[in-house]
Amino acid sequence: MSAKKQTENSPAAAVENSFNQDNVDPSRRRLLVGGASVLGGAGAAAMGVSMLASMSPSARAKAAGAPVEADISKLAEGQMMTVEWRGKPVWIVRRTAAAVELLKNTTLALRDPDSAVEQQPAYAQNAVRSIKDEYLVLIGLCTHLGCSPAYRPEVAAADLGADWEGGFFCACHGSKFDLAGRVLTGVPAPTNLEVPPYSYIDDSNIIVGVDGGAAA
Amino acid sequence: MSKTTGLMGWIDERFPLTKMMEEHVTKYYAPKNFNFWYYFGGLAMVVLALQFITGIFLTMNYKPDGELAFKSVEYIMRDVNFGWLIRYMHSTGASMFFVVVYLHMFRGIMYGSYKKPRELLWVFGMLIYVALMAEAFMGYLLPWGQMSYWGAQVIISLFGAIPFGIGDAVTLWLKGDYIVSDATLNRFFALHVIAVPLVLIFLVAAHILALHEVGSNNPDGIEIKKNKNADGIPKDGIPFHPYYTVKDLFGLVVFLIVFFAIVFFAPEMGGYFLEHANFVPADPLKTPDHIAPVWYFTPFYAILRAVPDKLMGVMAMGAAIVVLFFLPWIDRGPVRSIRYRSTAYKVLLFSFVIAFIVLGYFGMQSPTPAGTLISRICALIYFGFFLGLFLVSRNEKTKPLPERVT
Repeated sequence: MSAKKQTENSPAAAVENSFNQDNVDPSRRRLLVGGASVLGGAGAAAMGVSMLASMSPSARAKAAGAPVEADISKLAEGQMMTVEWRGKPVWIVRRTAAAVELLKNTTLALRDPDSAVEQQPAYAQNAVRSIKDEYLVLIGLCTHLGCSPAYRPEVAAADLGADWEGGFFCACHGSKFDLAGRVLTGVPAPTNLEVPPYSYIDDSNIIVGVDGGAAA
Repeated sequence: MSKTTGLMGWIDERFPLTKMMEEHVTKYYAPKNFNFWYYFGGLAMVVLALQFITGIFLTMNYKPDGELAFKSVEYIMRDVNFGWLIRYMHSTGASMFFVVVYLHMFRGIMYGSYKKPRELLWVFGMLIYVALMAEAFMGYLLPWGQMSYWGAQVIISLFGAIPFGIGDAVTLWLKGDYIVSDATLNRFFALHVIAVPLVLIFLVAAHILALHEVGSNNPDGIEIKKNKNADGIPKDGIPFHPYYTVKDLFGLVVFLIVFFAIVFFAPEMGGYFLEHANFVPADPLKTPDHIAPVWYFTPFYAILRAVPDKLMGVMAMGAAIVVLFFLPWIDRGPVRSIRYRSTAYKVLLFSFVIAFIVLGYFGMQSPTPAGTLISRICALIYFGFFLGLFLVSRNEKTKPLPERVT
């Protein structure tokens, strides 16, 4: 088959000619074709929008996500616990005094040492990225592609190098974070780990998802 | 078209059955010098059919529900009559699909089957490959194991690399929830069993129609249509049926022996076809210590990991696939087959294949400094192939082409 050009001799042109002989008004036909196209196009667009919008989070998914309380009184120094908030893992780490000291005087090359990128509430924008120095609260998902990194508090771990000061290591793509969740340079993760809104109910209970009294 | 009588005559007056059969099968003249490499297109079609059949029967017992999915797969494996066979055929079929498709694509590259006038044929083929990757990726989420879950989390997060806040909106829309959840599983099921298979059927039809329009290439890369006999039939052509149907049937028997040997004796293939971590139900709070995609994605995954920047990594990975679409225009030489091309071309192609395999290996391993370095070198070789081909093919010193196929 060879593609024929629409010429004067084409069937469509022949029909056109026969119509023209019958004094057909072409502008009226153009209006009808144009009107039908616009209406049909609008209908298709409306359908497309509703189909695509149906894939966004539903009202039920949006409503889920109540704040969650955590009892931190039994957390030993250096220990980490995980709670689930909005389906995501939230880590609570009780850092040792030595670790806090190391964070404040770190010599590591950090991408965002002062937490300039908004990955935390204002009250966690400090060197240790927490309300109290001792307790770190983080969303445990890597900012690269969303794996949950491993807690590796041991300084100079054999597999992570002599300059490792303790922190979080994402085995998926090798991203490294310090014990404040700050990302090191030379790894794929672009930003620090996210600090969720949280507050202290009392000295031994934290509530994740509530920002100093108001739900976030 | 031959004149038919009887029942066929009755049908042919109402539907072009004989015409279609002649055009695509009994009077489709293919070059007579097809070799081993020409098995894989037909085999890909057979595997597609197998995936359709086994897939239909799997959906009869599978439940696309965050609570029930993992259990329903185990139910299929343990309690459904021959459920284990149907599921292992489907999971083995997924991997074998990529085996035959990669060999089929390598054949096309090696013999220059993408060159004029077969550019569109190649583009349809690439679209099939991309649709197949989407199909495999979404299918892998359905068992709702740990690797399903975190694999989906990572791949969906790839879209999050798009800047200006678009990425976050897109990932949220794709997941339909703030995390990979029941909503995600349910829509992946819909796309896996309806949407993408429909696209695949359409693309396969377009691929075959384009092939039969331009005619098959061959290992010599010369046009058999240039040498026709008095009846207008290529002198080096033989009808697809019975000559190549019989040849392909032989290849199919050998393939099925290998296929069922895997299904019966090594369906997990030591963790390469079904990864060990996927025998643990999905846990949104804990990523397995080591996650990697299934083997057929690992070359691209290694390229992603080789780049120490989120956006650039995702772009490099995407570019590795997109660049293949442009192969017909990157290769500027008129000679198609590797048999008559320069040593420089052979070196380029050989290093490309090695780099692809090495990338595939390191994509399966945990990230180590040495592995990352090797991946970076291989990623450069991967892209270097296309640049080298563009430069080399301009004034390539090729061997003289034969008049007739050899």
